[in-house]
Amino acid sequence: MENYINLTLKVWRQKNAREKGRFETYQVKNISTDSSFLEMLDILNEQLINEGQEPVAFDHDCREGICGMCSLYINGRPHGPDDDITTCQLHMRKFKNGETIWIEPWRSAGFPVIKDLIVNRTAFDQIIAAGGYVSVNTGGVPDANAIPIPKDDADEAMDAASCIGCGACVAACKNGSAMLFVSAKVSQLALLPQGRVEAARRAKNMVAKMDELGFGNCTNTGACEVECPKGISVANIARLNREFLKAKLQD
Amino acid sequence: MVKIDAKIPEGPLAQKWTKYKANQKLVNPANKRKLDIIVVGTGLAGASAAASFGEMGFNVKIFTIQDSPRRAHSIAAQGGINAAKNYPNDGDSVHRLFTDTVKGGDYRAREANVYRLAEVSNSIIDQCVAQGVPFAREYGGLLDNRSFGGAQVSRTFYAKGQTGQQLLLGAYQALMRQVEMKTVKLYTRNELVDIVIVDGKARGIISRDLVTGEFQRHFAHAVVLATGGYGNTFFLSTNAMGSNGSAAWQAYKKGAMFANPCFAQIHPTCIPVHGEFQSKLTLMSESLRNDGRIWVPAKKEDAEAIRAGKLKPTQIAEDDRDYFLERRYPAFGNLVPRDVASRAAKERCDAGYGVGATGLAVYLDFKSSIERLGEDVIRARYGNLFQMYEKIVDDNPYKTPMMIYPAIHYTMGGIWVDYELQTTVPGLFCAGEANFSDHGANRLGASALMQGLADGYFVLPYTVQNYLADDIRTPRMTGNEKEFVEAEQSAKDRFTKLLNVKGNRSVDSFHKELGLTMWDFVGMARNSEGLKQAIEKIRAIKKEFWSNVKVTGDAEGMNIELEKANRLADFIEIGELMAIDALHREESCGGHFREEFQTEEGEAKRQDDKFAYVGCWEYKGENQEPELHKEELQFVDVKLIQRNYK
Repeated sequence: MENYINLTLKVWRQKNAREKGRFETYQVKNISTDSSFLEMLDILNEQLINEGQEPVAFDHDCREGICGMCSLYINGRPHGPDDDITTCQLHMRKFKNGETIWIEPWRSAGFPVIKDLIVNRTAFDQIIAAGGYVSVNTGGVPDANAIPIPKDDADEAMDAASCIGCGACVAACKNGSAMLFVSAKVSQLALLPQGRVEAARRAKNMVAKMDELGFGNCTNTGACEVECPKGISVANIARLNREFLKAKLQD
Repeated sequence: MVKIDAKIPEGPLAQKWTKYKANQKLVNPANKRKLDIIVVGTGLAGASAAASFGEMGFNVKIFTIQDSPRRAHSIAAQGGINAAKNYPNDGDSVHRLFTDTVKGGDYRAREANVYRLAEVSNSIIDQCVAQGVPFAREYGGLLDNRSFGGAQVSRTFYAKGQTGQQLLLGAYQALMRQVEMKTVKLYTRNELVDIVIVDGKARGIISRDLVTGEFQRHFAHAVVLATGGYGNTFFLSTNAMGSNGSAAWQAYKKGAMFANPCFAQIHPTCIPVHGEFQSKLTLMSESLRNDGRIWVPAKKEDAEAIRAGKLKPTQIAEDDRDYFLERRYPAFGNLVPRDVASRAAKERCDAGYGVGATGLAVYLDFKSSIERLGEDVIRARYGNLFQMYEKIVDDNPYKTPMMIYPAIHYTMGGIWVDYELQTTVPGLFCAGEANFSDHGANRLGASALMQGLADGYFVLPYTVQNYLADDIRTPRMTGNEKEFVEAEQSAKDRFTKLLNVKGNRSVDSFHKELGLTMWDFVGMARNSEGLKQAIEKIRAIKKEFWSNVKVTGDAEGMNIELEKANRLADFIEIGELMAIDALHREESCGGHFREEFQTEEGEAKRQDDKFAYVGCWEYKGENQEPELHKEELQFVDVKLIQRNYK
């Protein structure tokens, strides 16, 4: 049932990476519970613009949970108080009339704030560039059906590959570790014969890059899996550890 | 001067591309290092092209407005990618994929391009598998296929309901590998704001760093635009919020022709509009029509009771349901092409049989499939889509039918390109959804991914090289040439002008007004009177926009309102051109439905004797009427008939 609610918002505002940020308090009224969380922020921004203030900057794009662009720490949880979704899929029916909502950017050494709720996640691209691929050039590859792959392996690779690179795992981790992200890509490619060829090199290089960029260590708290909007399993971290150890032993 | 020359190679259709490749000019490895290519956009077409250019040894610069190349909207494509592999042994072939695509496009695409697309489709699947794209497989370990609209074979490869994501990640990873190897330089949160033309050739771009607000000059020997479609002209569409037509529009203003702008695809299966605050529409993949059946109540009183909330769809007896696609099109049933399915849904809703609170919705029902196959099979096939639906609508589609309604999804029109994907500006190429080339007046499902990757992996690497072979003696420019300085200044002036209007209305309020006008008059059903009105209204919106828009903040640093205002200024002009094109095209074809031109049964009626051409529009200056040029379409291999899906 559609309802209308009034809310108090505590929103992190920060002009740019250099200046100090602070929480600002805003009121929004008559928000339909059928609207999405980001549509509620659109309404806030329209209100701010009409009052002559600068709207709140936040990342978003596809608004259907696949591009990985939206982020936000909402009431202390990455992507807010619902499971298996991104912020853009969070709907206002999850909130009560009169509630106060705290909205913050991802907070992690690996993701510096750019403005307000927007952070810089290029570290993830750098980790992929360090080895998150199969080294084939365009053209000259075998027929797609030349190598049969057991369905279970293909399905498991697909589950790992469904990571959207949003960074919720890093934001949720008390150590700011990127292990879930890295392990998802290492797993996907290690499970497929095409990626097996350079599995050792990939695991070493991606882990080294992750360490270099200032992400923390994994202490198996499992917070990343709980907050992952795509339900990526921590079993991938175990596989990454195996791949990494195997690679190191071969050295 | 003949401005339109498609440069289609001579010879039989099946040999044109082979012949082209055999005769094209090449650049030797030492010279490749001296040649720079700019690629704008990191979707399937842009990322695959840039990765391939890098692998070949060219110097590449690639630009995206997002924080990472992986965010491009190709990521959201759900259902699959077509190829003529014929693995299921069900009668598919390159020629069959070609004819299906030409027919699906309602005979408004260029035969030679479509044939090449079908021809390279198989290589795309090979390439993606080699990259580690986890396509769905059968228990024997081989690749699985599913069916899509407009085809009677199963030729669609898929990765759950996230095929676009997996293909884009494959291309993105190939791209990042080249970034690591330093053949490609990546610019993120960086937007093209102008194209630089020197001596009649594209020689670079002016971009704006979206974090600092700085303008930058970038030189290249050739420029490739792969910046997607302009569906967001309608404000509400299935496109991502950032998808825009501005790069294409700058190309148009610099002399590239804009082809068939009125050809916009309305996708039949989207979650219906639910309120004024709505920011975008969510697509439910066409693949759902494999197992879902579309219906409305057969009795008006049932539809009225459902709208009033007195009756539930599950209470309607089987005999009281009208499976209108199966009734009207028995041969293709629920898998008719998108334009046909959309119009049929609109017809039922207009006649008073629509459901949902607004009456603008029809049911997509999985009951009989769940009974036949079991819930587990349906969950395995569409689980993520069902979850997405439930999170948005708060209804369980395993128990009650989904509600869907058509929405703007894709633009077949775009920058005109010749056989080499080169625009009317030498050195300026255009690929993927941004160009007009392969889908005619209607795109078939699972063909956008195919086209994006065909252009990027297997067409541009040949044709751009052919162009650059004549450019090996052109030295790099510094960016201080007067053409660069002037282009930067004019872009800066445009942004300053937007900031200085200091009016009273937000950017979004104008965009919503434009979108409503487009949907009402340039949407699913168009007529002469409405289109004339639309043009007047859009011109009025443009006038008010430039005198009353309120852009907060300043030119320094990140300013999202300024970015949006700049893109909206272009959307307004694109909307006007769409209406002008729709008014001139006095026929119905594919996604372009003119109410004056329909058969007695309400099907689209083409006027092949008058309109079997590509409508190419040339920019003639600010507030001037654009000039129409025609590329006559020659159909040699395919016979023009009225499309029949009965």
